[in-house]
Amino acid sequence: MEKSGSIDSLGSKQSSSRQASVDSLSSTSTSRSDRSTHAAKTPYAMSSDNVSTSTEFSPELRGRPKAAAKVLRDSNKEEPQLLPKESVQDMAKDVTYICPYIGALRGTLTVTNYRLFFRCMDREPAFVLDLPLGVVSRVEKIGGASSRGEVSYGLVCKDIRNLRFAHKQMEDSLRKSIFEILMKFAFPVSNGLPIFAFEYGQVYPENGWKVYDAQAEYKRQGIPNESWRITKVNDHYEVCDTYPSNLVVPVNIPDEELKRVAAFRAKGRIPVLSWIHPESQATVTRCSQPMVGVNGKRSKDDEKYLQAIMDANAQSHKLFIFDARPSVNAAANKMKGGGYESEDAYQNAELVFLDIHNIHVMRESLRKLKEVVYPNIEESHWLSNLESTHWLEHIKLILAGALRIADKVESGKTSVVVHCSDGWDRTAQLTSLAMLMLDGHYRTIRGFQVLLEKEWLSFGHRFQLRIGHGDKNHTDADRSPVFLQFIDCVWQIARQFPAAFEFNEYFLVTILDHMYSCLFGTFMCNSEQQRVKEELPKKTVSLWAYINSQLEEFTNPLYVNYSNHVLFPVVSMRHLELWVGYYIRWNPRMRPQEPVHQRYKELLAKRAELQKRVEELQRDVTNRSASSTERAGSPTRSITPVQTFV
Amino acid sequence: MLSSLGSAGGKSAKPSFVSYVTPEEIKSEKEPSRKEKHPDLLPGEVVFCSASTVLKYTQDDLSQRGVFGVLLCTNFRVSFVSDEAPTEEMLFKNKLYGENDIPLSCVDNIYGDKRKLITGGLVKNKYPSKMIIHCKDLRVFQFSLSFSKEEDAKKIFQGIVHHCLEPKSLRCLFAFSYCENTSYPGSYSYCREHLVSSRSLGFLLFPVYFIVPKNVSDEDLTKYQGKGLPMWCWSHHSGCALFKTASIPLVQEDNVPQTYMEKMLTAVAHNHLYSVKTEDLSDTLPTVQDILLSYNRFKQFFLIDNTTEFWMSDMKWFSSLDNCGWLDIIRQCLQKAVEVVESLEKENTNVLIMEEGGSDLCCVVSSLVQLMLDPYYRTLLGFQSLVQKEWVAGGHAFLDRSNHLHLKDKVESPVFLLFLECVWQLQQQHGPAFQFSETYLTVLSDSIHVPVFTTFLFNNDGHRDSLLRAESPHTQRSPLNCPTVWDWSVQFDCKAQDLFTNPLYTEKPKQDTSVRKSYRPRHLRQLSLPSSAFKTPPKKGFFKDEADNLKKILGVKRLSRWMLSPSSDSPQTSSSVREFYEAWQTKPLDYHGLLLPCLDGPSIRVWMQRYLRWIHDVQILGGGPVAMLSKVSEILGEVQELQRQLDRHGCTLTSNHKGARPRAKTAAAVIAARSSVRLSSSFPFVTSRNWSFKPAIPTSLLQSLMVTGMAGNLADREDDGGPESLV
Repeated sequence: MEKSGSIDSLGSKQSSSRQASVDSLSSTSTSRSDRSTHAAKTPYAMSSDNVSTSTEFSPELRGRPKAAAKVLRDSNKEEPQLLPKESVQDMAKDVTYICPYIGALRGTLTVTNYRLFFRCMDREPAFVLDLPLGVVSRVEKIGGASSRGEVSYGLVCKDIRNLRFAHKQMEDSLRKSIFEILMKFAFPVSNGLPIFAFEYGQVYPENGWKVYDAQAEYKRQGIPNESWRITKVNDHYEVCDTYPSNLVVPVNIPDEELKRVAAFRAKGRIPVLSWIHPESQATVTRCSQPMVGVNGKRSKDDEKYLQAIMDANAQSHKLFIFDARPSVNAAANKMKGGGYESEDAYQNAELVFLDIHNIHVMRESLRKLKEVVYPNIEESHWLSNLESTHWLEHIKLILAGALRIADKVESGKTSVVVHCSDGWDRTAQLTSLAMLMLDGHYRTIRGFQVLLEKEWLSFGHRFQLRIGHGDKNHTDADRSPVFLQFIDCVWQIARQFPAAFEFNEYFLVTILDHMYSCLFGTFMCNSEQQRVKEELPKKTVSLWAYINSQLEEFTNPLYVNYSNHVLFPVVSMRHLELWVGYYIRWNPRMRPQEPVHQRYKELLAKRAELQKRVEELQRDVTNRSASSTERAGSPTRSITPVQTFV
Repeated sequence: MLSSLGSAGGKSAKPSFVSYVTPEEIKSEKEPSRKEKHPDLLPGEVVFCSASTVLKYTQDDLSQRGVFGVLLCTNFRVSFVSDEAPTEEMLFKNKLYGENDIPLSCVDNIYGDKRKLITGGLVKNKYPSKMIIHCKDLRVFQFSLSFSKEEDAKKIFQGIVHHCLEPKSLRCLFAFSYCENTSYPGSYSYCREHLVSSRSLGFLLFPVYFIVPKNVSDEDLTKYQGKGLPMWCWSHHSGCALFKTASIPLVQEDNVPQTYMEKMLTAVAHNHLYSVKTEDLSDTLPTVQDILLSYNRFKQFFLIDNTTEFWMSDMKWFSSLDNCGWLDIIRQCLQKAVEVVESLEKENTNVLIMEEGGSDLCCVVSSLVQLMLDPYYRTLLGFQSLVQKEWVAGGHAFLDRSNHLHLKDKVESPVFLLFLECVWQLQQQHGPAFQFSETYLTVLSDSIHVPVFTTFLFNNDGHRDSLLRAESPHTQRSPLNCPTVWDWSVQFDCKAQDLFTNPLYTEKPKQDTSVRKSYRPRHLRQLSLPSSAFKTPPKKGFFKDEADNLKKILGVKRLSRWMLSPSSDSPQTSSSVREFYEAWQTKPLDYHGLLLPCLDGPSIRVWMQRYLRWIHDVQILGGGPVAMLSKVSEILGEVQELQRQLDRHGCTLTSNHKGARPRAKTAAAVIAARSSVRLSSSFPFVTSRNWSFKPAIPTSLLQSLMVTGMAGNLADREDDGGPESLV
């Protein structure tokens, strides 16, 4: 219904309330839409005091929050509002959607090259399900033609839900089922079709690809300086094809030596600077594991290199090497040529294992979590069931690791080197979280975009493989929710420090939803090199273009800019909580009736309004005194105050 | 170290120091010469015994750090007076007892060496070198007695054990000597006049105690002898009412209960067709013993005297929490209350809740029902009258349940705390509906254990009256005047009291005070299907043949629902409650209307402020709810200032006055607090005086993950399993 707007209507600035209703697809539309007339819905920011925050994020909302009016006009149409270059591929009437919360719904199903769209007109207001096909992980036909002559299809989604449809067996057996069409467009990569991001041509006021400029970001950190330089050795991705072209290395290591170090580090991922402390000059550097092997191979160049990293920080004569893996796994890697730094070879270095498990363990944990939270939560033993998934335990370990890194850098004034095996999964989690704790800039909306672009995208977190964009091979062992875990950790920190982040929960959910949606090019490909080769900045739109075009949606009304504050979250299970607003958002029962931050927004609106009135009054007074006889300006009584319930 | 010992008496003592010395070494040292220190004694407070050179360990680490001071035992408290200069004034200072004082009734357990539980009676000549005191407000104190004179140590230990753990008479409670020595102005009035006049037509309010129909004669009442007499609690605007009673009104020869009940109903119901639904709470809710048992297990998670153990227990936190059952008891109480609300609100039947005694879970459920239905009880004054009406006048045996007297034959049980827990859950879920804050509830829960307030010292009104009269120093004319807990000025100054109000409370818009909002149409839920019908066990893989099941259920269930009598059995009720909640949830939220709690697993949570406030390792420095509160306060302050400016200009915002003015009281308090110290998640209870920038790094991370079985194989696998597929 209302949610089916389209981004192209963004231009027509509807100053009225944003989306008329925030139903997420599974919700009963009866419920919320009548409320939407009462108060404009706003997305809610994260709250520390209330877990059951926002659940109203739904991918179908995304992108068209301002299209309310237009959408309402079209609300009786069976077709979705199409995006530019989006085209209907097939449409079927009399399809049943079996909603786990409402029950069976009969309606029309439309498949485009971007989305699946289901509308049930029998209900008032109509029920709508609007799902980007990129979210689909797997489509399967369930059973054959059943007794009633119906075929049933199940859709497993990447965003913690499953959908189920049924429709009558086609009389004309030659005609393709709509689900076969769906399969084709849900997995474009497997079918030799382009991903929709390459077709979508929406123009936004800002080019999101320009958000991150490596040089500018390093300059913000004060680099180059007397100890660190930006090297062009990887300009053509020759030293390391999974690294960005701009790398920051110690000043006194020439490029030739860097190449020798690269030979000793897995995949050539040499230690490079991620962040430098503005005062102590202690640094966070990241790399992959050293190629020690069973024989305990050493590299003089690598040893010298780490010494140079340590020497670049005059405050400390020690270097901490954080190996994200459990020590057992690190040792096992020796069999395959990898391993970890021996403290004999690396003088003054201390090696710490952070016990974070690998991508396979994480994938399994998320699978269990989905079982526990979707579609319904079992009443008894919720907490034990939650514990058995180990999900929060993994979150805790990641946060604890990042905390130790941040603590060493901030309190210990010591430089740290962080790696796991390849240095693109756990390492990315750890460095980016530590940077988020240490540097308030990354806690702003734009700063966070820079953080993602830098630590995740440019340093080669393999989004394509980990998410499996457009690929039907849902059992691929390379898929893993590594980035989801990171966002979860960010949410946990933000929950503990509700005023420290400029962005809200909706921002985090939006990033995750669009990571799967394949609407934007941001999370395509595995490395900077591939992105350049595919000309993503030219051919696709960046998610940041969309987000930055409506920042108010993503802003935390309570943000206080303490730029110099270091956040040390408490990594006890006592303070960790399952992110209900993401994992359980499909369950209408867990949805708050009023967005948590609604009242704060009202408060801010009231302040703004009062400010305006005061200013006008003052202007009035000055005007009147200036031209005492003449009636000055226009009367200022025209503002109708917004009613707030402060 | 030795020098540090010497300095203990001197003025230039360091804030804290490590002592590695054994008691033997100490004894060879000469006595630190120092004059007796006292806390500021309250009126009527008498020191029983004291010992000097007691080391109080600072809780935040395992090392033997601490401060020396004098440990005293008075008729009110166990008090530790540090030898060091008094620390800065806390904003949230309790006037009756300080941060190093433990009111005698607040002592929960005392442990000796090797964490041996000390029970009253068996200590004669021995005393432990280390004494750990667990408090009912969840503070933990650890004292070393090994540096004190043996005689003093023995005396203080025995004194504390005697006064804290052994049975005593009610007259020994501090309230009596306190009240004799203070001129406390008259007793507190808590009656709510319009409660009687507007709602309960045809009723008389017997002073404070209970309400009966006009046509029930006093002779009828005397036949009950206090047993099985249904008491009116609250009337719904539709005419049906909630009653509670002790034990089932048995059919007696003279049929008195029935007659009485009928009279009651005729009087209360505008419509004679209303039926009565009886709910025996003992059938479905846990007993008071169960509650105690569960709470005892639950509280152990927060009584931390050892950081390592704390982090160890962190691993199994969720399952331990689950296993102790405390959250489940909270959920059950809330659920029962929702069921009653459903009957009143949707089915328009009268409800009679009962249990043996009628003053434990009946109080919990009836007050929760009223809190959900009636917005008045969500105000500060309303909540207070609710507690007075349902608990104090309702005859909850506060004295027995808190067992201040340590009598063996009394059943101790934290029933009132359980109620506060339930209120907290509601408040967490619907913050703006409550005028009081979380801090208010926490402080109220602490006050149960401060033996000064008459509110919590007696088993019922009669008990109170007779005792206060008997104890009065004057003649029979005027009974002893003791403060009630509601007189917060006894404990806190105005500034601290400001923290009791919720700055985001939505006050009722003025214009519709007279007209009650028309309630929502009922039976809307016919449109939606019972969601429980779709609850399939998730374990069996997805997309089983749910659809057919579904259709079956659809056909049958809907019919059966309407055939069922309102008093359905428990699985049915649970799904009915679920539907009731869902139907309610689809309506626009009205903070001055009906409020229902979400009862699903993730929604029932641990009351962090109350339980985690003293645990150093889990304090979020610079974060927590207060970070939000202070920002809100700031904005509120600005809004107020702007409004003032506008008022000065003579421009009134009429439309804006509909809503209440923001109260910047809280704002002022928080801002005042913020200016002095950095706040943490345990605000306002602990000031971060010992603010350290060191984060708490969990110990024992290594043995953390027990990845077994299938996951075990996964753990050994390489990160990148498959061959690289490129875009």
